[in-house]
Amino acid sequence: MRAVKILERVLITIPIMFGVAIIVFFFMRLTPGDPVDIMMGQGGAVSTGEMEQLRSEFHLDEPLHVQLWLFLRDAIRGDLGYSYTQKQPVSELIVERLPATIELAVGALAFSLLIAFPIGIISSVRQHSLIDQFSMAGAFLGISMPSFWLGIILILLFAVRLHWLPVQGRLDFGIDLQEITGMYVVDSMLTRNWEAFASSVKHLVLPSVTLGAGVAAIVARVLRSSMIETLRQDYVTLARAKGQIEFLVVMKHALRNALIPTVTVIGLQVGVLLGGNMIVEAVFGWPGLGRLVVNAIFQRDFPLVQGAVMVYALTFVVANLVVDVLYTYLNPKITL
Amino acid sequence: MDERAPSDILLELRGLTTIFPTRRGVVRAVSDLSFELHRGEKLGIVGESGSGKSVTLLSILRLVAYPGRIAGGEVRFRGQNLADKSPTEMRQIRGKDVAMIFQDPMTTLNPAFRVGDQVRESLRIHRVIPPSDGPLARLFDSKRRAAEIERVRAAMTAVGIPAPEESSRRYPHQFSGGMQQRALIAIALSCEPQVLLADEPTTALDVTIQAQIMALLDAINRERGASIVLVTHNLGLVAEFCDKIIVMYAGQMMEQGTTDQVIQDPKHPYTQGLLRCLPKIGARQEQILPIPGLVPDLADLPSGCPFSPRCDQVRPECTQEGAIALKALPDGRLVRCLLY
Amino acid sequence: MPVEEVPGGEAQRFRRLRVRWRVTRRNLREIWIGLRHRPLALLGGIVVLVYLLAALFAPQITSHDPTLGNLRQRLLPPAWQEEGNPEFPLGTDDQGRDLLTRIIYGSRVSLAVGLLSVGISVAIGVALGALVGYYRGLLDQILSRFADLLLAFPFLIFAIGVMAFLGPGFTNLIAALIFKGWVEFYRLVRGEVMAEKPKEYVEAARVVGQSDVAIMASEILPNTIQSVFVLGTLRVGFMIIMEASLSFLGLGIQPPTPAWGSMVATGRDYLLTAWWVSTLPGIAIVILVLAINLFGEGLRDILDPRLKVE
Repeated sequence: MRAVKILERVLITIPIMFGVAIIVFFFMRLTPGDPVDIMMGQGGAVSTGEMEQLRSEFHLDEPLHVQLWLFLRDAIRGDLGYSYTQKQPVSELIVERLPATIELAVGALAFSLLIAFPIGIISSVRQHSLIDQFSMAGAFLGISMPSFWLGIILILLFAVRLHWLPVQGRLDFGIDLQEITGMYVVDSMLTRNWEAFASSVKHLVLPSVTLGAGVAAIVARVLRSSMIETLRQDYVTLARAKGQIEFLVVMKHALRNALIPTVTVIGLQVGVLLGGNMIVEAVFGWPGLGRLVVNAIFQRDFPLVQGAVMVYALTFVVANLVVDVLYTYLNPKITL
Repeated sequence: MDERAPSDILLELRGLTTIFPTRRGVVRAVSDLSFELHRGEKLGIVGESGSGKSVTLLSILRLVAYPGRIAGGEVRFRGQNLADKSPTEMRQIRGKDVAMIFQDPMTTLNPAFRVGDQVRESLRIHRVIPPSDGPLARLFDSKRRAAEIERVRAAMTAVGIPAPEESSRRYPHQFSGGMQQRALIAIALSCEPQVLLADEPTTALDVTIQAQIMALLDAINRERGASIVLVTHNLGLVAEFCDKIIVMYAGQMMEQGTTDQVIQDPKHPYTQGLLRCLPKIGARQEQILPIPGLVPDLADLPSGCPFSPRCDQVRPECTQEGAIALKALPDGRLVRCLLY
Repeated sequence: MPVEEVPGGEAQRFRRLRVRWRVTRRNLREIWIGLRHRPLALLGGIVVLVYLLAALFAPQITSHDPTLGNLRQRLLPPAWQEEGNPEFPLGTDDQGRDLLTRIIYGSRVSLAVGLLSVGISVAIGVALGALVGYYRGLLDQILSRFADLLLAFPFLIFAIGVMAFLGPGFTNLIAALIFKGWVEFYRLVRGEVMAEKPKEYVEAARVVGQSDVAIMASEILPNTIQSVFVLGTLRVGFMIIMEASLSFLGLGIQPPTPAWGSMVATGRDYLLTAWWVSTLPGIAIVILVLAINLFGEGLRDILDPRLKVE
């Protein structure tokens, strides 16, 4: 039964993806600036004939609706077109760069949850204590800081002044790593390349902290307030009346219920992670999808932008689906 | 009071005082409350909302929520002062020797866990079924699980929940109010407690279910010998069910006696007023006479007797400074009133 | 009772408007009293006020030119450091411009963007949300689907896309922020209106013959205004950060107009040697947003502590 419901939800994402594709398509097409001109601007003087040839190659001379149809048809087949600026098929580019972005997003999520959960729980149990006040102050700060500035400050502090962590990139120069998944931390573990492992982890720290700080702050606050709400409930008193130890009263009885609104908020933050990683990638020179997309937008590289944005949207939708499914496990009153 | 043996006294409260500090002043939820609960006895605590009845039960189990606390007096279980108990010892008493049933089963059962698991949790906490021997067996311990599941099934049958195997896999929101309350009772009974504290167990249920639950509690008292403390605002309920009644007002005990004594011949004006509020079947009544006035603000009690503003037999001495003392009457009753 | 025979219909309408005005005045007093008990929130409010005043009177309180610099004065450290010059209290940037002046002028951009983008988002979101929540129907289906679709994009990506479409600049920036910003308020108001509509007082107003618009304006909206107000206040900080981020990427306000984000971006090249160029404008952002958030939280606490706004 549940599997059927999940399948239903998956199928609904298809029209959503179509909608996204169409919006992106039109956006790019309506943007002033002829892509061929821009491309040509990179190569120097070119004859009109060659420009015409390029134009027809990229179907830019066809009416809009034909272009749309061609785009959609190809997209379904997994062919997302060819990037003018990078001179590679878009799908190839995406596959190349996506693991870096995923690694960053996962790192940020891991960091934020690792910080937010203990803080949220402890603050709620010890309300108004010093820990609570400090944590909430910290959380406040976390949502008030722009990530680009936080990144720069962290670089300044830990890389430039203290030399503890590297400034940019994913791996120290000169280390060889065999890539399997594209995620350096994973790959180095798989190939038992411990030198690469240490290096990739070190490079991952600051970007993850930068990206995850805002998310951690929000999740900590939500968790704290839903825990406070939950701890007031009668079933918590009953748990104590049963003689349950306080640790389990909090971690089992209260937390389970407090997770419900918290998970929803975490799901929303996935969008923040995806959006924010553009900035973090720019600040840390992280070779992921974000940087690629920003440049592509500047250069009117339609196929690349379309493909990348589609991937982002798809990720977002999938993440929401995961959250919804998780939600039904947490809250038995809701079925998919 | 009674001639029964002192070892028969399971619960003894002496001068219990529980307070809640608030911004408007100290709220004395329970003031100087004393009573004894004997083995197999059914004690009823009656009063309006805010009279301190629920807080009394929470104070017995030492579950008063911060910033409230027990400020005076003692609670003894089987002769031992509970204030001397360590948190671990107290946890062993809760749920096992003294169990509690709450008012609204929908909010008292944890909505995220299956009902059967919630019953089983009590068994686990108090190790009713010991873990199996040997490290390997302990890992999955299917024998223990099976024994526990059997116990759960038995408990649910005992409280009258039909189809216990299936029901234990359900979630609380899938049960009706009456069934939920039965589940709560099953949880309370699972470790065979000697004392059952029932805080308005039937208030959230309709009348027919009420009768069933009370019959269940009565059966538990008779068959298992568990003493019951029933807290309610429903005088009719205690009249039918309890052996002994305590009437509370504004955190203080106003009257204590056997059911017959209190119901047939109420001494305290408050008790009299309460009884007048009950419509009697058969008797010809023109009006139901409510007690005039409102429940007092516990942070701002009048001096002397807290009931004086609403009392129809009030005298000037009733409002002087200082608490009115409890008076023992020749028939063994206790009354807190200057009329006696 | 037919509508025409309802006595004093016009008077009723005026009475209702007067009640609303009294309600607002009472709210303001509530807020003032509440703020006095919450020093942090009050501090936040004061800081915001300071920024606002600084932005308004920037030319009067600064002595340097924000856009023209003296290359011989470039990259001077803040006054408290060794090579610092008290004439440039916070140092100078790579073009020799006084950082303090630029930061103060930068507040104009940020505050304008923040307030305008939120203000217009609120207006659009509330109007659409109220209409849709009340009338439902086809408009609801279309708009809500569209809103969901918009939400499928992370904010920044969307804003970047729109900026690329429109080109950089002040008005375009605001348009980009509004494009996605209205959705939150739309959903909030729609939800509240849908919840309020079946209630009895709405039915009563309709029976008496009040027009739909009047019902929405005088009966339903006052109840939702508080949540909108609180959400709006908190969003201003968010929009300011968005503006700064876009400027950082070069997509927002273009140089030489001072904008905190682009100032931080130019400072990146000089992190090793002149850390203040990047750090100090960022601190200005953090303090402002922090103050806004503190104030907004305090407001939420006062007006409705049960509101969960994240």
